[in-house]
Amino acid sequence: MLWDRLQFAFTVTYHYLFPQLTMGLALIIVFMKWRYLKTNNDSWNRAAKFWARIFAINFTVGVVTGIPLEFQFGTNWAGFSNFAGGVIGQTLAMEGVFAFFLESALLGLFLFGEKKLGRRGHFAVAAGLCAGSWLSGYFIIVTNAFMQHPVGYAVGPNGTLQLASFWGFLLNPWAIWEYAHNMSASVVTAATVVASVGALWRLIGKYNEESGLFLRVGIVTALVASILQIFPTGDRNGKLVADYQPASLAALEGVFKSGSGAPLAIIGQPNVDEQTLENPIVVPGMLSFLAYGSFEATVKGLDAFPQTDWPDNIPLLYYSYHIMVGLGTLILALMAISALLLWLRRLEKSRAVLWLLMLAFPFPYIATTAGWLTAELGRQPWIVYNLFRTSAAASPMVNTGDVVFTTIGFVGLYFVIGVGFLYLVGREIARGPVYAERRG
Amino acid sequence: MQALWYALLAAMLIVFVVLDGFDFGAGIVYRFVAKTDSERRQLLSAIGPVWDGNEVWLLAAGGTLFFAFPKAYAAGFSGLYMPLVILLWLLILRGLAIELRSHEPYRLWHDFWDGTLQFASVLIAVIFGAAFGNLVRGVPLNASGYFSIPLFTNLLPYSWIGVLDYYTITAGVFCLSVLAMHGALFLVWKTDGPVRERSVQLARRLWWSVIALAAITFVLTLFVQPGFFSPLVDRVWPLILVIISLAGFFYIPTALRGSADLRPFLGSVTFIVGLLAAIAGTLFPNLIVSTLDPSYTLTAYSASTSPYGLQVGLVWWTIGMILVVFYFVFVYRNLSGKVTEGVPRE
Ligand code: HDD
Ligand code: HEM
Ligand code: HEM
Repeated sequence: MLWDRLQFAFTVTYHYLFPQLTMGLALIIVFMKWRYLKTNNDSWNRAAKFWARIFAINFTVGVVTGIPLEFQFGTNWAGFSNFAGGVIGQTLAMEGVFAFFLESALLGLFLFGEKKLGRRGHFAVAAGLCAGSWLSGYFIIVTNAFMQHPVGYAVGPNGTLQLASFWGFLLNPWAIWEYAHNMSASVVTAATVVASVGALWRLIGKYNEESGLFLRVGIVTALVASILQIFPTGDRNGKLVADYQPASLAALEGVFKSGSGAPLAIIGQPNVDEQTLENPIVVPGMLSFLAYGSFEATVKGLDAFPQTDWPDNIPLLYYSYHIMVGLGTLILALMAISALLLWLRRLEKSRAVLWLLMLAFPFPYIATTAGWLTAELGRQPWIVYNLFRTSAAASPMVNTGDVVFTTIGFVGLYFVIGVGFLYLVGREIARGPVYAERRG
Repeated sequence: MQALWYALLAAMLIVFVVLDGFDFGAGIVYRFVAKTDSERRQLLSAIGPVWDGNEVWLLAAGGTLFFAFPKAYAAGFSGLYMPLVILLWLLILRGLAIELRSHEPYRLWHDFWDGTLQFASVLIAVIFGAAFGNLVRGVPLNASGYFSIPLFTNLLPYSWIGVLDYYTITAGVFCLSVLAMHGALFLVWKTDGPVRERSVQLARRLWWSVIALAAITFVLTLFVQPGFFSPLVDRVWPLILVIISLAGFFYIPTALRGSADLRPFLGSVTFIVGLLAAIAGTLFPNLIVSTLDPSYTLTAYSASTSPYGLQVGLVWWTIGMILVVFYFVFVYRNLSGKVTEGVPRE
């Protein structure tokens, strides 16, 4: 079981490093293509072409690492698949039928069809590709949201879950806010990467026209998306957790004792044995306010729940959550400063800020990974919240030795893929937009 | 309703084998029919824009199995753990090879991905064939609805069985030769010049190996799983499908002598569709056959989800498939005609 969890956590986290760029970057490419249509300025098209090459490499790795996930539900989580497959299988199948077919059909046209399609046609294909990738995000989030907050199901005669309300399941309120938050995170990632490459080229004094575009588009987009990230989407996600997963809220905020006027911990280290938060720096009453809209509201601490219902890795959960929120605040601050300098036309001269922008690209990746750790660890010990425990979910007859073996295999293979990916993307960035232009 | 979903699932898998099958096949014959760098680029341009869409049929079929027959999905995928995970690794390598090979100009880079593509395609074909062999032979599914078998044991299809035994390996090699021929015929259709010539030659030879292996596999099936054929006593459809399939197969050499390059490929498509549909028709309603006790066998009826789930699924599935047919027609029309050496796709 432990190894099944490690394996799934590893493969899904790795996979998600790629789609988060794909989905956000698709939007930015569509924007660039649209500017090109409107202004007829060639540098927009060159910029779009450059990112299309990065997009293609990234997409390939996203596709190949996504395929195992689809099957791992069956190979590693047979208990869970048997229990919940009748419901969550729906959205996984729909993702294939509605989103992956669309994406795969349009990708080829987008990469190779610019001459044939003409400017408008190529813009339309880019927009369709973006829609396809955003659609696939929705289906997978609905699947995940069902595990977080199951709705629209019934328990069948053999004790397994069955679909009872298709629209109830598809329009799960948890899914809608999770999706909004997740997609805006994906835009933060892509915009930060775009700004980061712009900053790099500006610092070494190459490709001035394109780097200017990248900085402008990247910074403004990242600013808007990182505001959305906190409000309303982050806020609403927090409220959902407070309403439906109170034990998870207590753990991710490090609240051990129930009480009214609960403080919000900015820093502190949870000590699970002693059931305290050590070295806390807190804002009084803030947690009550954020979760329930009143500084006086009572927040249940972990003591309100039997220990068997506590998330099983409270420190990691707590830190993941704080890292996400902390980095979110940092990204917002950096983008706000950069936007201000951009507006004052001083950004070019502030090498320090350009350096920060250039180095900032890992932050959103770390924040999203931490965010998913928060969501998934907070759900524990349930695989389907309040219905099915993770301990009953693994494949009953697969021996652990096999799982250890395949986990090692995945780690090795993905390591090599990662090195290759970085090499290819690094080459593209070094070659710059002119090479992309020539190769088409 | 269950029977309908059984048929739809089989249909999706068949479309996958026909479409992605030619990608695998092209990978299997890759270095034999394309010798120079520009010939290899030519071959890859024939499958490059379509392989991903073709592979999605596998994902869609997997998703369909998952929601329509969750019990069978859980039992089958966990029971065949090792071969499936290895298959996933190979699919990863195959995808990367097609997409990344032409990304860098270096000889070493090309050689690496060329080897990877061919290696992965060969093994994928064998594993698929062996998995089919397991479906026919049966697995030790027990009362709890699960089973577990190692990759191989003593290679005998009795009592202490593994995924690979002489029967399933034979099925795997049969599948390898069918897909190799299918891929070569696809290349006859989609390429010209030396690649096409070599593909014609190779397809002719592979045609004979398909006959030989089909005969061996058939005879072995009679011994290993005689019960497999018993439903045929009162079912005519599978027999009709077999005849259609054979017609397609024997049309291939004739068509290869003619000048219309699409025809041999269509012969191969007919052969594969007919054969797989006949197998599905014979297996019905069984999804996973238990060797321990027939009452443990998972069928379309015992493994399915609720009628409501199946009904809702039918609505969106129908809408989705109309769209999918539309995309595929659009894409393949955009890519109509042959790919010529040295002329990039535009
Ligand atoms: C750039 C990335 C990023 C940033 C800056 C933030 N988040 Fe986030 N967050 C994610 C990326 C993310 C994510 C990876 O995308 C998650 C995981 C699941 C999901 O839908 O989004 C997520 C989940 C997630 C959850 C759900 C946890 C659960 O389901 O148990 C909450 C409560 C928050 N976030 C709250 C916030 C708040 C209050 C933020 C304010 C700064 C914030 N996030 C910034
Ligand atoms: C891409 C973003 C995602 C990330 C980074 C992520 C991360 C994780 C992590 C870290 C775990 C391990 C939890 C633990 O060991 O306690 C996990 C478990 C799991 N997640 Fe996710 N997850 C993601 C999306 C999803 C989605 C969309 C689904 C459903 C479709 C899903 C289904 C599961 C399942 C089935 C498990 C295993 C059972 C468990 O430990 O609860 N995950 N995930
Ligand atoms: C357990 C979770 C997941 C599964 C089973 C899964 C499955 C897959 C599969 C099979 C593919 C390849 C599709 C193809 O061949 O074209 C893929 C790609 C993709 N996935 Fe995932 N995925 C998971 C998590 C996620 C998450 C959390 C997101 C986003 C919110 C996401 C978004 C995408 C997108 C946009 C693609 C298109 C390719 C790309 O962008 O790189 N996936 N996924």
